[in-house]
Amino acid sequence: MNAPTIEYLQLAPLLTVFGAAILGVLVEAFAPRYLRRAMHIPITLLSLAGAFALVIVQTVKGVPTKPSAMGAVAVDGPTLFIWGTILVLAFVSLLLLNDEDHFVPAAAAVPGSAEEERALIEGNVHTEVYPLALFAIGGMLLFPASNDLLIMFVALEVMSLPLYLLCGLARRRRLLSQESAMKYFLLGAFSSAFFLYGTALLYGFAGSVDLAKIGTALGTVGGQDALLYTGAALLGVGLLFKIGAAPFQSWKPDVYQGAPTPVTALMASGTLVAAFGALLRVFWIALGNLDWDWSGIMWGVAILTMVAGAILAITQTDIKRMLAYSSIAHAGFLLVGVVAITADPKQNALALSAILFYLAVYGITTIGAFAIVTMVRDAGGEAWHLSRWAGLGKRSPKLAGLFAFFLLAFAGIPLTSGFFGKYAVFQAAVSGGALPLVVVGVVSSAIAAFFYVRVIVLMFFSDPAPDGPSVVLPSWGTASVVGFAALATVVLGVFPQPVLDLAQSAAGSLFVH
Amino acid sequence: MPWLSILMGVSALGALGVAFVKNDKLAKQATLAVSLVVMVLTIVMTVQFSPNGDRFQFAETYDWIPAFGVHYAVAVDGVALVLILLSAILVPIVVLASWHDAEAGKRSVRTYFSLLLVLEAMMIGVFAATDVFLFYVFFEAMLIPMYFMIGSYGGAQRSYAAVKFLLYSLFGGLLMLVAVIALYVIAGKGTFLFPELIGAITDPTTQKWLFLGFFIAFAIKAPLWPFHTWLPDAAAQAPAGAAVLLVGVLDKVGTYGMLRFCLELFPEASKWATPVVIALAVIGIVYGAIVAIGQTDIKRLIAYTSISHFGFIAMGVFAMTQNGAAGSALYMVNHGFATGALFLIAGFLIYRRGSAFISDYGGVQKVAPILAGTFLVAGLSGLSLPGLSPFVSEFMVLLGTYEVYAVPAIIGATGVVLAAIYILWMYQRTMNGPTAESVQGMADLNSRERWVVGPLIALIIVLGFFPKPLLDVINPSVKETIHNVSVTAPASAVAKEGQ
Repeated sequence: MNAPTIEYLQLAPLLTVFGAAILGVLVEAFAPRYLRRAMHIPITLLSLAGAFALVIVQTVKGVPTKPSAMGAVAVDGPTLFIWGTILVLAFVSLLLLNDEDHFVPAAAAVPGSAEEERALIEGNVHTEVYPLALFAIGGMLLFPASNDLLIMFVALEVMSLPLYLLCGLARRRRLLSQESAMKYFLLGAFSSAFFLYGTALLYGFAGSVDLAKIGTALGTVGGQDALLYTGAALLGVGLLFKIGAAPFQSWKPDVYQGAPTPVTALMASGTLVAAFGALLRVFWIALGNLDWDWSGIMWGVAILTMVAGAILAITQTDIKRMLAYSSIAHAGFLLVGVVAITADPKQNALALSAILFYLAVYGITTIGAFAIVTMVRDAGGEAWHLSRWAGLGKRSPKLAGLFAFFLLAFAGIPLTSGFFGKYAVFQAAVSGGALPLVVVGVVSSAIAAFFYVRVIVLMFFSDPAPDGPSVVLPSWGTASVVGFAALATVVLGVFPQPVLDLAQSAAGSLFVH
Repeated sequence: MPWLSILMGVSALGALGVAFVKNDKLAKQATLAVSLVVMVLTIVMTVQFSPNGDRFQFAETYDWIPAFGVHYAVAVDGVALVLILLSAILVPIVVLASWHDAEAGKRSVRTYFSLLLVLEAMMIGVFAATDVFLFYVFFEAMLIPMYFMIGSYGGAQRSYAAVKFLLYSLFGGLLMLVAVIALYVIAGKGTFLFPELIGAITDPTTQKWLFLGFFIAFAIKAPLWPFHTWLPDAAAQAPAGAAVLLVGVLDKVGTYGMLRFCLELFPEASKWATPVVIALAVIGIVYGAIVAIGQTDIKRLIAYTSISHFGFIAMGVFAMTQNGAAGSALYMVNHGFATGALFLIAGFLIYRRGSAFISDYGGVQKVAPILAGTFLVAGLSGLSLPGLSPFVSEFMVLLGTYEVYAVPAIIGATGVVLAAIYILWMYQRTMNGPTAESVQGMADLNSRERWVVGPLIALIIVLGFFPKPLLDVINPSVKETIHNVSVTAPASAVAKEGQ
């Protein structure tokens, strides 16, 4: 038996992040408690920065044209772009996560118990969050790069399991946090099962879990349609669950609400990017030749997701739940780009680059918005109820102004990056012949604008409550997160061309397989 | 010289500077100075415009987003030029008029004036854009400063009015976005430059759909009946200065868009839609006027008169005759000054008494003769009295429409009669009669307010007698538009109407 050839350099970003995660575990095991945080911070941030540098090196050296690691992982143009995006988003999220007092002192203690009280007084901290986050980020990197379904499944689990844990670690509103972890875990486990079942059936159909081989088998294998369709549908459910597309969206508001806000930020940006990468790879490579069969369903899912996200968001009173529904609506807008696939590779490259651009700009703005959520505090932690945000524009005009700006970017107002994201996806969809879908998209955008605007009205045009929330002075981490997000949203809203160029050249070669 | 970029740059940088001035008084003075500089520069630019030269002058074209075929392309033809001139003249007047408006609001004075300058930059941009995408960007982005001006500084119902304004406009804008994308994709030219897109869409069905996307957005913006319901709320709740810019300039983007984009990009579809548009316009003329008669709130009344006037403008545009379209373009300018004067003087009146209800006034003329007198002149210009500027344009519109659609023109002409009722009746109730108790001791216009009203009244009178300079600028470019639609006053239509 020959040893497998592994292209270590191509996989270096992945290996760096996983290596750092394992190092983090060792720190947890051997370092004294008081040193751990001081050791985790440089390990985590440096590994992410290093991985990002390796991605750039790889891009400059030339994008590989063949899958690496015996065809298991495809480090192609889209992957490199997605890696870069995820690493930037993860780095920014970690600056946010780095802030103290987001996490519970003793996760295992019953909420409100004496034990918890004691842990709080003793100043315990769960420094495990750093390696956990790194494992999740490593999973996010591997997920969209997987070139076969089994690797993809492993990546899915590596990404999800740490996130389930992280969700349950919120310092305040403990019960809600535990509920969110439980819900996410249960539903996530279901969706993993769907994914795995789909993989098994597709293996039965094609005799391989390799995406490209499944794609080829579509044309050669006959008489196994039941296996194929059931498998594809189950696989689709598993993937659509992760991006929070309707009708598999119901976990999102609960999980986003309960999780510690920095973790929510990481999920809302990084996980979404990773899951879209994987979804595109599966549907375009493995099932690309089947698009006549799935694109109709995907149209329905896209419409349902946009409309459900936009309409349900209107009734929300919790700021994080509202942002969760907004994220669902945005997943719908992105799906509009996914169905823009045709037989023409140029058109597909256009759609792919639009999705990549959208993911990048949406992710950054999302983290900025959640960063601001962490700063508006009540006695019991974050001021989650929307009514508490009334009059914030008078008390802290800068913060409210920035939040309003992020909301306008979500709404897709010109001169924000969100506008160009939406424009790129809609334009790709129109040239892919999905005009009706775009019309639904703009109508949903108009509905969505209503609830974004409602928050602005609340902040600026309502009188502040006498005992309103206070705005904490941000740490340098949070301040730089907000600053970076705002800057990116402005700059990409005025000069999107450089990132568009990157996305275009990344998408130009499409996925290798 | 890159005139248009300079104009936008001066306003935008001024806005940035004003936003950081800590002293309120200094912020106001700086805003006034910046807006005056912009006005002077605009006048200098206007003088250099040669009416019989190229259609688009002072052109600047740079690639902005090559991936989307988007350019930073600005240039003006006659119509755009006079509208930019209108904006540049109105802004300093509004700044002066709003001197104390922002204090009544809950937010900082410098924010208000900074927003005003941001809005000015965008108003110039939207008229100057010769790239359809750039036009769209300004079209949508300019909603935001106006939204904050209404919502933060307006009357009691301000947040409702601001949201209604924003959502109506945004919805129209998003429909237009679909049409903008489809225009780019279907035309297949890989560019958004307006001159290259003329005649690019040939398929009649496609034209109709795209026309609808643009037209509905413009009809909401203008606003045309039945898309008008946001305007009375927004105009009544906005501070007087913002209301002037809203009705005087922002809404003109709608009618300007019809003339520039609907007609030239989708000529066949425009002709197809003409009967409906003319009908809507005529309904708007009569409906706006009748509803105006019934208003009890001065600002709402003026807003409804504007709906009537926008009916005239749309009618003239879609008559697609030289007289009609040129009249409409002129009307846009004249209406800006006339309604601006009306809103501002009404604003001064309301500021003194603290009420916008007509019934709270009476006999103002005896205590504040200058205020009453200028209000009368502005009002009379609203009903198109000969000798005042709107008369010329309204006459041209009616004439231009009558050439092709006699019946609508005749019905539209009744709007003039109704205008006499709403204006004179309002004047009678507020200014004449016994002096109401609450009005006793009301101060007349002070010198700042006279500086606001004086130039507007002067412009109304001067342009009433000498519209020629403006028409000289407008006519050649309207001729170009009409040529691109290739309508030569259809004889058959005249014959049909005559029967």
